[in-house]
Amino acid sequence: MAVDELSRIFAALADPTRRDMVTRLTAGDATVNQLAEPYQISLQAVYKHLRVLEGAGVVTRPPGPQPRPVRLEAEVFDLMDKWIERYRRQAEQRYRRLDAVLAHLNDTETSNDEQKGSAA
Amino acid sequence: MSTITETTIEADPNVPIIRITREFAGTPEQLLRAHTDPKLFAQWIGPSSLQTRIEEWDARSGGSWRFVSTRDGEEHAFRGCFHEVRPDRIVQTFTYEGDPDGVALETLWFEDLGNGRTRLRTQSLVDSFESRDAWLKSGMEVGVNEGYAKLEEMLADGTV
Repeated sequence: MAVDELSRIFAALADPTRRDMVTRLTAGDATVNQLAEPYQISLQAVYKHLRVLEGAGVVTRPPGPQPRPVRLEAEVFDLMDKWIERYRRQAEQRYRRLDAVLAHLNDTETSNDEQKGSAA
Repeated sequence: MSTITETTIEADPNVPIIRITREFAGTPEQLLRAHTDPKLFAQWIGPSSLQTRIEEWDARSGGSWRFVSTRDGEEHAFRGCFHEVRPDRIVQTFTYEGDPDGVALETLWFEDLGNGRTRLRTQSLVDSFESRDAWLKSGMEVGVNEGYAKLEEMLADGTV
């Protein structure tokens, strides 16, 4: 997956209305009218949001009889999750090395304390 | 010995921020030291395929840092400023010199959990979603097995 594709997805989801639409679509497909219902915005504005989501590949409107339902492309989120998961694993590996450094510090400091204790 | 809680990560959908959280068996003071003592820092920051060379290190509020990572003769330099260094947090900037205009603003919090444990929370803010996604992509370039190998090494030679 190219960087700009992922950027488009993140950018598409940067808008609260579009995020809300996506959240509602996780429950199942919906028509544009159904999607527009809760919002105090024009149907035209709803279509504009949908075009952004479609452009990023987050949703599709499969061809068929009108009204065509809007469908969430769950695959897109799998790809995003993979990217984030790899980054997370990289951070986890770094922090395991930090664990080792801290364990060493703990050992050194415990033995120093013991030495001080026996000297006193 | 407590079990390790794995790193959690969150890419904020509203702002180009990456948040990472992890708990450690160490005091906040030790965590601070592992981030500010250059010898300790160099031991864990880079994967084992990289040699980390600290070139500049002034871990005080207003100080600066620079380190160079070398892999197969190829060098990558990183630098930034320690904007604020306090017992419970570090606020710093981070730049990859290959992309000198890109600056991440990082905040690290050391949260005392008691019993010698600390929760480390980090937040990296970059200037665009594109930059953040490039950062996320950078996570793909490092083999995940390297960290395990490094840990085994430290176990074997008695560092741990």
